[in-house]
Amino acid sequence: MAEEVLVFGAWGSPFSRRVEMALKLKGIEYKYIEEDLTNKSPSLLKYNPVHKKIPVLVHNGKPVAESLVILEYIDETWKDHPILPKDPYERANARFWAKFIDEKCLSAIFKACWGACWGEEKEHEKAEIEHEKAVKEVSELLQFLENELKEKRYFGGETVGLLDIAANTIGYWLGVFEEASGVELLTREKFPKLCNWANEFVCVTAIKENLPPRDKLIAYFRNRFGAGNASK
Amino acid sequence: MADEVVLLDFWPSMFGMRVRIALAEKGIEYEYKEEDLRNKSPLLLEMNPIHKKIPVLIHNGKPVCESLIIVQYIDEVWNDRSPLLPTDPYQRAHARFWADYVDKKVYEVSRKIWTTKGEEKEAGKKEFFEIFKTLEGELGDKPYFGGETFGFVDLSLIPFYSWFHAIETFGEFNMEAECPKIVAWAKRCLQIETVAKTLPDQKKVYEFVGQMRKRFGLE
Repeated sequence: MAEEVLVFGAWGSPFSRRVEMALKLKGIEYKYIEEDLTNKSPSLLKYNPVHKKIPVLVHNGKPVAESLVILEYIDETWKDHPILPKDPYERANARFWAKFIDEKCLSAIFKACWGACWGEEKEHEKAEIEHEKAVKEVSELLQFLENELKEKRYFGGETVGLLDIAANTIGYWLGVFEEASGVELLTREKFPKLCNWANEFVCVTAIKENLPPRDKLIAYFRNRFGAGNASK
Repeated sequence: MADEVVLLDFWPSMFGMRVRIALAEKGIEYEYKEEDLRNKSPLLLEMNPIHKKIPVLIHNGKPVCESLIIVQYIDEVWNDRSPLLPTDPYQRAHARFWADYVDKKVYEVSRKIWTTKGEEKEAGKKEFFEIFKTLEGELGDKPYFGGETFGFVDLSLIPFYSWFHAIETFGEFNMEAECPKIVAWAKRCLQIETVAKTLPDQKKVYEFVGQMRKRFGLE
């Protein structure tokens, strides 16, 4: 029976790109549907009524939502090129760091680049302190990831795994946020391993082919969030 | 070699309860270590330096953190009995999605109800009812979220039952009146020995929450 795999995504979203990266790594053919997030399609709302978000993977008519849930589903369904290790402890470790990236890193990075409370900070000095705090927090979080990488080529070891894919926000989007906002966060002197990893990561074919164009992405974030938090 | 299993936990934690239920379901012997969250032990800080939170499962000296990750770890290591997740990938994804929903939504909104007052509390209540309505929709006519048997999603949600009395009292509403299907489901879960033995008494939790509210200046 012919398999039908659909991916509902948005061109600039690291979350929907994760799904495409995993499918590409495993050589799975799929049909991509670009969603206009300001005007969500009836299909998207039907397939993800709870969160109404992308990405959604639809496999033979059955929807799976939430990017990390989708990655595990992909790994369990298509067994070639596994993205999770076999050992339960290492699997728990990969899941832990993927969750860490999604729950802690992204919001901290955004705050450092554009300030979650940017609009409310009327006094320049107060905004400065908030910004410094946010940058410090990102630094601490990135240090954890730097330590976790150790001497490995990828988080997954010799080959790209689930955690590398989940870390696409760090490996590519972070650089985009830095350029769009003018805030420096992932410096080579502080995070040599993470920088090396990011360079290797974006060269992997399945990853490279699924990265949105850098200039377009920078322009999008500059336009949406403003010129950024960088100290003038 | 005998397995050494230690659980760092805090008795009223819904997240800790999830792990306790999982360990009980699998019949795993372990050492329970109660943490004082206002005075965290060096062991906790060493085993979970990133979040400094409970629960932490320490298996032969190696820590696993985050309750749902711990539960999946337990299921994968002790995979010869009482499966906690289904075997079919689509059903597993479905279970993970809903456990993730519980994780993202239920704790925060419950906390809003017992830590705020006035308009903020009313907004919290409204959100609480919406979230539980969604959960009731997912439950449907099934005896458990997992279908015919208690599963991953049931395990992720049932610990909140021990907090219902506290939440409804401080929230000034009646859980059974607002969410009858959920209360019926919870009572069904409580027929299961491991769940009944694990969940603390609702009155004890209510007293604990009362003390917390005093500390926050709400009483």
